[in-house]
This record gives sequence, structure tokens and C-alpha cells, in this order.
Amino acid sequence: MDKKNIYNDDLIRSLEYQARKIRYEIVRVASLMGEERRAHPGPALSITDIMVALYYGVMKIDPYNPHWENRDRLILSKGHACLVLYTILSDLGYFDRRHLDTLRHIGSILQGHPDMRKTPGIDMTTGSLGNGLGLGLGIALAAKIDGRSYHTYVIIGDGESQEGVIWEAAQTAVKYNLDNLTAFLDVNGWQSCGSVLETMPGQRNRERWEAFGWNVININGHSFTEILTAIEAARNYKEKPTIILANTIKGKGISYMENDNSWHQKAPSAEQLEIARRELEIL
Amino acid sequence: MIAPILDEMISTRKAFGDALLNLAREGYDIVGISADTSISMGMGPFAKEFPERWVDTGVAEQNMLLIAAGLASTGKTVFAASYSVFTSMRALEQLRTFIAYPKLNVKVVAGLGGFSAGIEGVTHIAMEDLGIVRSIPNICLVVPSDAIATQLATRATANWNGPVYMRIGRDASPVLFDEKYTFEIGKANIISTDGNDLAILVNGLLLHEAIEAMPLLKNEGIEATLIEVHTLKPLDDTTILKSAKDCGAIITVEEHNIIGGLGSAVAELLSRNYPVPVEMVASPDKFTESDTPENLKLAYGLTTESILHAARRVLQRKKSEK
Repeated sequence: MDKKNIYNDDLIRSLEYQARKIRYEIVRVASLMGEERRAHPGPALSITDIMVALYYGVMKIDPYNPHWENRDRLILSKGHACLVLYTILSDLGYFDRRHLDTLRHIGSILQGHPDMRKTPGIDMTTGSLGNGLGLGLGIALAAKIDGRSYHTYVIIGDGESQEGVIWEAAQTAVKYNLDNLTAFLDVNGWQSCGSVLETMPGQRNRERWEAFGWNVININGHSFTEILTAIEAARNYKEKPTIILANTIKGKGISYMENDNSWHQKAPSAEQLEIARRELEIL
Repeated sequence: MIAPILDEMISTRKAFGDALLNLAREGYDIVGISADTSISMGMGPFAKEFPERWVDTGVAEQNMLLIAAGLASTGKTVFAASYSVFTSMRALEQLRTFIAYPKLNVKVVAGLGGFSAGIEGVTHIAMEDLGIVRSIPNICLVVPSDAIATQLATRATANWNGPVYMRIGRDASPVLFDEKYTFEIGKANIISTDGNDLAILVNGLLLHEAIEAMPLLKNEGIEATLIEVHTLKPLDDTTILKSAKDCGAIITVEEHNIIGGLGSAVAELLSRNYPVPVEMVASPDKFTESDTPENLKLAYGLTTESILHAARRVLQRKKSEK
């Protein structure tokens, strides 16, 4: 795609800074949870740049009015990556940061997977894989029915695309011309127990989404310029839903986690947290 | 309260579809969604009159319930209709995790309940759906008994704030109620009170058989109270416990596997609060087969005759357990 930087350098720099902060918070909370409550740092880190671009650079939201009817919606279909969503929502002011330390504890507003009733800012309960796209379709359809202008974003994992219900939703989104819905496919190449292509060979993402009738954009999921350009293209594309195939690195930003799938669900030690802090240049 | 058994027969699917259309005409913010089940669930008229509020996912029930959940998250009242085997089993996880858990305002209308799908065979005969759905928190579970009850139940569920699973039938079934009938979610209807020898608790289309049994019981000198428990959840504990205290013997009648439905719900309540003998008229715990609903009810013991047998058994126990 066109690599010309049409975005203000200051915006990109501020998003990059924001992403470093969020990444550190992810690793900090994952470390705090320990092996007892094991959170999922790897899959959160692969979509951190996408999530930061959306929440800090694109989406129309109001942290002081989480149920605002015209807000843009985000559905984290790969719900196990919720560490990134929780840290962003707390940073934006949806809830106090101290809640992060209660993750996966009884009484917490932060459940093991996203919960729309317990956590301010969560638009849809998710976590059981494959279901986020269909949920997003319902929200996007409601906008069409009511003539509302909000946009719906769905983050799908490449592993969860093995679920059949994803494809039930894929065909229906085209039937109803849901150009007010944009999906991201987080192509990090890994799933719970191994590589996506070894688990299910022959995943040709562009071909199959195009065959279903979607507008497909391919990007580097760690380049803010590419992410923002793709979102703008998706929002301007009429009559069809768009999926942005984001090539990412699982564990991105933490040297020892990158492409090491053992970090799918694991707690970093205090020493490892310190390494992450230095790598992310957090003071 | 109850009309005499008329010759009139109306399908509960049609009754549901008519009620849905009326609600939309009255201004309810309703979206209808089906999985290639528009005609077979009676939603054709609604789809025709309100095409902009009509969604059809094709043969994809899981997706149907997900889209319903998404729509409901924006404040809409969504009626999602398919066959009960699919709404309770194929799409069970979507029902549980994405509708019940977040308490979204989706009304799942489950057609072809019990033996009403009989001719299609076991693949389409849902004898387990009520037990499955009853074990999920947050869902209101209703089983209307005829077309009149289905119309009122549809309205009541639209006014109910939260997830609902409403199980209905298929082909035309006897009209049991007249315009004096009332349907309040969670409130059992006392249909008739010949006496306090025993109470018959029933839901669904088998209410017809239970009504037929009443004069036959009377002929045998058995005076029963007949109660329609159309809501399995929230269960009308008060009315059921009172009937147990008044009568000291209960029989339950339902078009469902003997595990998990009305019989189980009543037994759970009574065993903890006021144990009395309970006999259950229900389908045995085995897979059945293809035939007409009438033949299957006959073959698997869901008949007026079965109700009489159960009444005699429970009275025997009431006497000997005293």
C-alpha cells in the first residue's frame, strides 16, 4: 500500500509513545497476576499498535459516557487479549488504574475475558472464540436501521478464524453491505498450542476474504502510518465491509516474548518485567 | 378463564407471527431475525411489512443469535426465531454466553418444540431444550399452551426486560383459551379447581390432554386442581407450593424428556420445601422416532390416559405415605 506519510509526525510519535506505555502496563499486570492467574501477554502485544491507533487516534468515544449511543464500538473477538483493552480503557479514564491489579480476582470489574456488564467501556462480552464478528454485525446493522453514523470495529485472531461461525458472519456482512464495519485480522501466526499454519495449513487470508466479497487491505500491523491509512480507506469504502489483514508479531515490543509462543499465557518474573521496562524506555 | 374445548385449531407459529406484527405496528422497537425460518416460524408477514427491521442469516443459527445480541446491545428488542433443537443446542453457547450472560434483550422463539416436529425424526424433535435452557442463569423460560396464550406470551416477552426463551409448536393445535385468558410471566394460571385430591401441573400443548382428563378423573371420583405453569423460569414457587400443601399430591405433564423440564423443576422445589408424592407424565429418557405428533404422543405415553394413570398412582402413594 501507499507508504506516503500523510499523518502528522507528532501524532505518530505520540501514538508510538502511548503504545510503549500500554505495552509496559500489559507486561506489568501480566507479571503481577503471576502464574496463579496467568494472563495473556503475547496476544495482547501483537494488537497493541492497532488498539492504540483506534482508541487514541480514530474512534469517537467518551470515557465519561461509556453508553453514548453514537460512540464507535470495538469488539475484541480474540477476547483473551483483553489485557491491552483493559490497560487502554483505564488509561483513557473509563475506570481507575488500580482496578488493573484486581484482574481475575473475585469481585473485580475486570474478568478473565471482556465483560460488557462489569467493565465500563467494553462494548460487547467476548472471549469464546469466533463470535465477535457476528456480534459486530448486529451492532452495525442497528446503525443502518437507525440511521446512526457510528462505526463498528472487530478484532479477530488468525487462530480463531478456524471457527466456522466467523464465516457465517462473513457472508452475512456482505449481504447487508455493512460498510460501517471494519474488521482487523491479527495475523500473528500463532495460536494456543502452536503455529497457525501448522495447526491448519493453507490459510490464505486475502483470497478467502475476497472470495466472501470483502474489501481486503494488507498492512504491517505495527506501523501507525499504515494502520491509520488503512482505517481511513476502510471507512471511505462504500457498499462492502473491509477487513484489514494486519501482519503482526506475537509478543511485539518485548525481545524475549517476540515470536515465542510460550508467552501466549504466562507471567513474566520481576527480572523479566525489569527488562521489558528498559526495552520500552519507561522511566 | 378457560373456554370449552373448541373445534378451532390455530398454529402457535402463526399466533407468534401475528403477535409480532401487531407489536411492530404499535411502535415497539423490534427487529426480527431468522435463520432461513421466516415462513416456517410465522414471521413472513412481519418481514413483508417491516423489511428494514428484518434480518435473515440463512441457515446459520449461531450467527443468528450473535447478530441478535449485537442488535440488542444497542437497545433494540430482538425476536430471533428458529427450531428448538437449533436454538437450544446448535446455538446453545451463543444463547448462554452472549445473550443470557450479558442479559441482552433477545427473545428466542423456539418452534417445533417437543413432538410437534415428530414427522422429521430425532434430528428435529427437541425433547431436551427446556432442561438445557433452564440450567442457564438469567433466561426467562416460557411454554405457552395454545395460540391465544402464544399471542399474549409474545407481548409479555416483548415487555420483559431481558433474555427470553419461548418454546412453541408447529402445526395447528386446539384453541384452549378465550379472551378472558391472562398471561403474566412467572405467574401460574389456575385453570380449574374441582377439588383438592391432587394438583395437575402442566405446560405446553399437553394442556389440551390435561383438560380432557379432568372430567374423566371426576367420573372416577377424583377431584383435581389443574394449573398451567407456562413459565418454567422464574417458577411460580408460591402457587406450586400452595397446591402441594392444599392437595398433598402432584402430577406434572409436559412434552419433554422426563429429565430437566417441568417435572424436575417442581421436584426440585418441593423436595427442598414441602415434599409430597410427585408423578411425572413426560417422554422417557430415550431417543424417539418419526411419526405424527399424535402417534408419537400415543407411543411414548403423553396422553390423557397417561394422566389418568399418573393420577391413580400418585393418589395411591398419597394414601400409603400418610
